[in-house]
Amino acid sequence: MTAMSNKLLQNVIIKGTKEGLTLHLDDSCSFQMLMQELDTKLSANIRTPENSPSIKVRVHTGNRYLIDKQETELKEVILKKKIFDIEEIKSNVITLEEAKRMKEESEITSLCAIIRSGQIIEVPGDLLLIGDVNPGGEVSAGGSIFVLGTLKGIAHAGRHGKLESVVAASVLKPAMIKIGGIMNRAPEDFMQEAHEMECAFVEDGQIIIDRLQVLKQKRPHLNKFEGGF
Amino acid sequence: MGEAIVITSGKGGVGKTTTSANLGTSLAILGKKVCLVDTDIGLRNLDVVMGLENRIIYDLVDVVEGRCKLHQALVKDKRFDDLLYLLPAAQTSDKNAVTPDQMKQLINGLKQDYDYIIIDCPAGIEQGYKNAVAGADKAIVVTTPEVSAVRDADRIIGLLEKEENVEAPKLVINRIRSHMVKSGEMLDIDDITSHLSIDLIGIVADDDQVIRASNQGEPIALDPNNRASVAYRNIARRILGETVPLKPLDEEPKGFVAKIKKFFGVRA
Repeated sequence: MTAMSNKLLQNVIIKGTKEGLTLHLDDSCSFQMLMQELDTKLSANIRTPENSPSIKVRVHTGNRYLIDKQETELKEVILKKKIFDIEEIKSNVITLEEAKRMKEESEITSLCAIIRSGQIIEVPGDLLLIGDVNPGGEVSAGGSIFVLGTLKGIAHAGRHGKLESVVAASVLKPAMIKIGGIMNRAPEDFMQEAHEMECAFVEDGQIIIDRLQVLKQKRPHLNKFEGGF
Repeated sequence: MGEAIVITSGKGGVGKTTTSANLGTSLAILGKKVCLVDTDIGLRNLDVVMGLENRIIYDLVDVVEGRCKLHQALVKDKRFDDLLYLLPAAQTSDKNAVTPDQMKQLINGLKQDYDYIIIDCPAGIEQGYKNAVAGADKAIVVTTPEVSAVRDADRIIGLLEKEENVEAPKLVINRIRSHMVKSGEMLDIDDITSHLSIDLIGIVADDDQVIRASNQGEPIALDPNNRASVAYRNIARRILGETVPLKPLDEEPKGFVAKIKKFFGVRA
């Protein structure tokens, strides 16, 4: 019996690090068992003086995928001890759906078209448009927008809040540029000047328009080329 | 089997009806059998421009609702020997009296007997537009050199490109005034074509005679000497597949008086 319970109690391994605790949860036992053991271990082992700062906890679930309900339960078990703070919950596995979304969001969608008045194009990742965006047309992307043509309509980059997204165009004459939640309308005299090979990006909470060449410094993440040249 | 061409623009007042009337007339002059179809139900005026108003007995809605046969509703233009007909729109109903499917059936019926069916589309992008486009094989977008008209043309082109049965639309720039283009007050042809990026099939100069002719119910295309008429006839020839070079706009008015006027800087 004791051997049995000892074996059972190895489903949760607690390791102390400089930053706090790391909980390694076994991924082959049942979730119910895991929660029971976690609850027991956390109650038994930790004693802290009153008013000490809360302990940061990282949870690794191994090859176990937690559905939302299970994740909530796990958080509850840990947080009800009142001395812990969950820093992250990490798993080796994600759902197909998430993987697909991640792939889509990191992909460049290329499109050869003229976006005319009244038309809206939305892509999950970056957009490479070969053609113009006419006034009244709108392009919207989860990531950055690159237009090989004239951008005269509305461009919305970083739709889900990715502020590091940029908008670049061969000719930049937009009616409006949005990056994340930040919005900028073109100033009245903007349309008169030539704006060739320019880009828009966010700096200090404001949209800046500058030459394409500055992106090398301002947005190094756009550089996906590896190796020397 | 004929070909149905819809004349559309999005914006009102750019010359859809005038273009329809004159293209129909020009094609008939060139010997083709043409039927003009007015789909502007409730606000018909193609019949007025053609001078056929008082010969209407039945209309499009009567045909669709089965109150008469198709051939009974067609108004024959007596200036042409059995080449030009008009199917007038109803004046008493509205656009919802007809569905796109009914229009398609109607146009398909006409295609058996005519070489060209010119469909005059109402302004807007609602039911009337949908009806007009339903049966069409080709589309001509009319615009004027104004920012607002070009913007609406852009919208319409976007919608037309989504229609599977319609070929890539062609552009007619109507009512262009060469002196305003030259002084840079009006959009020029390059501005418009580069913005809309579709094929240009004709440029029609702004001419007072066009309005006068419309008011008299005689399409300008009947006058062989007028520059707008020549432009419409050229468009008709391009529709037939001929290669007609686009006329440069800065044609100088010819004749002694015009030269004197030009010398003193008076506009012809």
